[in-house]
Amino acid sequence: MKKGNATLFNLPITTKLGITLVSFLLILIFFGEWIMPYDPFQIDMNNRLESMSHQHWLGTDQLGRDIFSRIVYGAKLTIGLGVITIILSVIVGVPIGLISGFSGGKIDAVFMRIIDAILTFPDFILAIAIAGLLGPSLTNIVIAIVLVRWIVYARLVRSQVLELKQQEYILASKISYSSKWRTIRMHILPHLIPTIIAIGAVDVGKVILLISSLSYIGLGAQPHIPEWGAMLNDGRGYFQVVPALMMYPGLAIMLTVLIFHLLGDGLKNRFDIRKRGLRK
Amino acid sequence: MKTLTIEKLTKSYAKETVALDEFSLGIDQGGCIGIVGESGSGKSTLARILLGLESFDQGQILFKGLQIPPKKKKDYRDYRRDVQMVFQDATSALNPKLPIWKIILEPLDNFKEVKPSFIKEDGLSRKAVASHLLEMVGLEREFVDRYPYQLSGGQKQRVSIARAISLEPSLLICDEPTASLDVTVQFQILELLKKLQEETNMTILFISHDIRAVTFLCEKIVVLKQGIIVDHFHMKDLYKKNRHLYTKQLIKVASLS
Repeated sequence: MKKGNATLFNLPITTKLGITLVSFLLILIFFGEWIMPYDPFQIDMNNRLESMSHQHWLGTDQLGRDIFSRIVYGAKLTIGLGVITIILSVIVGVPIGLISGFSGGKIDAVFMRIIDAILTFPDFILAIAIAGLLGPSLTNIVIAIVLVRWIVYARLVRSQVLELKQQEYILASKISYSSKWRTIRMHILPHLIPTIIAIGAVDVGKVILLISSLSYIGLGAQPHIPEWGAMLNDGRGYFQVVPALMMYPGLAIMLTVLIFHLLGDGLKNRFDIRKRGLRK
Repeated sequence: MKTLTIEKLTKSYAKETVALDEFSLGIDQGGCIGIVGESGSGKSTLARILLGLESFDQGQILFKGLQIPPKKKKDYRDYRRDVQMVFQDATSALNPKLPIWKIILEPLDNFKEVKPSFIKEDGLSRKAVASHLLEMVGLEREFVDRYPYQLSGGQKQRVSIARAISLEPSLLICDEPTASLDVTVQFQILELLKKLQEETNMTILFISHDIRAVTFLCEKIVVLKQGIIVDHFHMKDLYKKNRHLYTKQLIKVASLS
């Protein structure tokens, strides 16, 4: 297949599905306010714990708030936070990976030891610890996850830089008197960006899961905020009576994570030269 | 004064492996000097040291009277402009993500004040400069917009040469530029280098394991074995009786294949 000839039509079916569903999510995020039939914060004690009906598509929760509206509102919050977290992790991780891989020596050793130290903890446990220290709020949860997540990008970029450094065009660039920054911009970044986008897309799913998990255990969004994890936590007390309270946010998280995985996997295959060669 | 003087250059990797052992060589401006040796004879190390990509243990290198690698920033800049290289593996020497014209112009972009003598008119677009360079190495102008993967091995090596000569260096180091090419293309590349050398009067330091390629291109030949010069002679003395045993061996092996 010729490079640069890819259209939306010759992508594999899973990627197409991923792109379609992500655009669906985007519509939910940007036009959610018009889709929501009710105010997600409106308490209505006369209509508590209703099941699915014409008025309330997914029923109401223990305070009579419309679950569908809350899930639509939560989409913006949950996915938005996931994307922001990834962008921040990329902003922190990529330069560190670049510096580490490109300069090598002591600087590299220092960064790698820091990363090793952080890696010894499971990322969820570490995020709990940091979020717990900072206090429960959505901003702190993002900070906590970025502090755990930048490692992924630093390591990814470092290993790619080490691989690219072996290429003779990097040497040629040095011989051409290009500055280090120019070499990075011309010869390294163009190779990194596709991989970062692909890994980032998969990672959005993972981070949404992390944010929701942290919210579920009460470290992230506080109960009245319709973040999906917080909604799960909210509905916990009524789980045996009205399972819908936990089922719908749970399903929303599951589907979103799945969608981002589809998209990320598709992009990864698309950009992976080794796999591209195999595909007809 | 010699353009390049190498005095007792010594370089070893780890403790036991000596890549270059008191290597000395003087090179005048112009002409082609060939360095022949088998793998591990230290010839690539020599190229890397001359380009300042690697340090050395002892000895000194003078290029136009300046120590290499130069300490002062201005001297370093001049040295980078004056010494260029053609790599062995043209595929690895060209960034697959960039179009040919961007690849060729990378050195010139770093020396904005340089007006190469092959550019006759003023105000040429960057692509026009690149296509001019392509013509100099025997490629069609249309290649400027292509990407490396659309080129054959020989064409890639020509692009690599175009990039190296864009700054009109006085010393061009070729580290086995023909090793990854097939025989007919090898010959074309050698002819191109010969032609360019005659046109620009640059010095070509041609490093190769292939004594045939070296004898085709170079007047002076140095034979390197395990970091030591075992033989050096003028091209016309190639078949003289007093050639070193190792040189005779190389010739014999070359004529067999």
